[in-house]
Amino acid sequence: MSDLQTLYQTIILEHSKARHGAVDLAPLTDAVSRGAASGLRVAESHQINTTCGDEVTLRVSLGAGASPETDTPDSTAGASPDTAVSDLVWAGEGCSISQASASILTDTLRGLSVTEARALLENFREMLRSRGKIEPDEEILGDAAAFGGVSRYPARVKCAMLPWVAFEAALIEAESQ
Amino acid sequence: MKEYPWGMTSLAPSSASSTALHQESVPLTNIDVERIRNDFPVLHQSVNGHPLTYLDSGATSQNPISVLEAEQEYYEQRNAAVHRGAHTLAVEATEVFEAARETVAAFVGAQADEIVWTSNATEAINLLTYSFSNASLGLGGLAARQFSLGTGDEIVVTEMEHHANLIPWQQLALRTGATLRFIPVLDDGTLDLLAAANVVGPHTRLLAFTHGSNVTGTINPVAELVALARKVGALVVLDACQTVPHLPVDLKALDVDFAAFSGHKMLGPTGIGALYGKAELLAGMPPFLTGGSMITTVDMTHAEFLAPPQRFEAGTQRISQAIALAAAVDYLRETGMDRVAAWEAQLGQRLVTGLAEIDGVRLLGPGLGVERLGLAAVDVAGVHAHDVGQFLDDAGIAVRVGHHCAQPLHRRLGVTASTRASTYLYNTTDEVDLFLATLAEVAPFFGVNGGVKR
Repeated sequence: MSDLQTLYQTIILEHSKARHGAVDLAPLTDAVSRGAASGLRVAESHQINTTCGDEVTLRVSLGAGASPETDTPDSTAGASPDTAVSDLVWAGEGCSISQASASILTDTLRGLSVTEARALLENFREMLRSRGKIEPDEEILGDAAAFGGVSRYPARVKCAMLPWVAFEAALIEAESQ
Repeated sequence: MKEYPWGMTSLAPSSASSTALHQESVPLTNIDVERIRNDFPVLHQSVNGHPLTYLDSGATSQNPISVLEAEQEYYEQRNAAVHRGAHTLAVEATEVFEAARETVAAFVGAQADEIVWTSNATEAINLLTYSFSNASLGLGGLAARQFSLGTGDEIVVTEMEHHANLIPWQQLALRTGATLRFIPVLDDGTLDLLAAANVVGPHTRLLAFTHGSNVTGTINPVAELVALARKVGALVVLDACQTVPHLPVDLKALDVDFAAFSGHKMLGPTGIGALYGKAELLAGMPPFLTGGSMITTVDMTHAEFLAPPQRFEAGTQRISQAIALAAAVDYLRETGMDRVAAWEAQLGQRLVTGLAEIDGVRLLGPGLGVERLGLAAVDVAGVHAHDVGQFLDDAGIAVRVGHHCAQPLHRRLGVTASTRASTYLYNTTDEVDLFLATLAEVAPFFGVNGGVKR
């Protein structure tokens, strides 16, 4: 594979067009009250890459556990370790790397526990910041391992990280509710 | 003959290049351009396994050896603070610094005392706006009153401005209570001159516009706009960043009141630019930056200021940069600005012709046959500009991607970002062709419809 093909792996180009999880976001207040009715804590984060103007708004819904149908949500407690990332949706525009990253993020993190999602995020971040030194672990990262080539292009790391930074911020916001 | 570490040999004397001899009205050819390229060390390198194709001179240009040497020679032989100190080095430094001002002034048809050194064009325009701000506060007395703005006054810009010729005016309007209005841009990227005649009216105090667009390559009709301003007694400020480096420009003949341009876009170093102002206008303006080297007498509560240009040059100046900029001007003058302009016009038309052959590529701004600078910005359908830029970079081609500091113009043209190739005197037709051929591969690579038209 050429360097360029390593950067723009087929899976990335496909996701940049498929845009899993991309929606016309309803007003946040509506989503929050609708989520509260079903025991979900909803929050979002809007991130802009000022060097290129790419933007992503990522909305997280946190449920009580891996099987929300059987568990009773406990809205008074803080985020317990088995709190689940019940849903992820986003809106945004930008380069193929940032858009594919948002698409793959929703596929990868949806349904994980918050603890698992955080661990995966850290693994992803460490790999991206390694300037190509850390081989992506497909076992852990799944499709997100396709961004391994991005880490050799420091100017594009921000593009790939943008939705993940939005996820991180939205998660903290949702947990504080 | 001098050997250089990058493996080239220059026959040029240290003060100027011999490869760029000005032959009046003899057009430049690719052979001349190859010789010119030998004077630019940075162009002779590989990027991502390909020879560098530098098509981003609209953002910053490269430096010929004579410019690099001028700066080095200054530091090796003359470095001293100018306009202060009586020792030999200080005198010599002052002489070359002021000679540089004369060189640059002559290049744009101005007198030396009408050129104020700034760090760049952005600072030049900010200098104007803060001086006018100070005048609006009553500083500078009677002479400064003509620059004073307030409620009811209007500042007019255009929709195609670089942020550097927009935001300083926005801020000046906010500080003074003046209103900012703008001349709209038509779908083809040119100014709506019919609308301009209505926007520029009895309340207009100042009209600021770009000579040539850094996005569309459009060259604005300066005479027509100056006439509009004169009719209502408004001052004219010209952003000449994209024209002074590329066209023969005579600011006196254009009859603008002020103009700004940047050294690094015209073969000079970064950190140096210039504000041109008609002598009688500069004379009435209060200073912006204050401090050392701009005063006559000072006591604990009061200071008297020097005449322009020193009034606007507080603190230790950008001496080596000014001298290097003069070397850049020498290089351009010896090559001949008429020849540079004609060569780039040819490259510009070649770009536009080739772009029309690529499916899914939309040129921003006027099309084939319309006078333009040697640059072209495009939108590739379905591929974000940063991905286009990455693809080109992989082939060693350096272009600008993004909004090129002109968000309102991009919005007006219906895009958020574009990919811009901008040429200079050291670009060959082969480089333009390589850019076009590589651009045609972008859409197929990213799996969208497009590519060479069949």
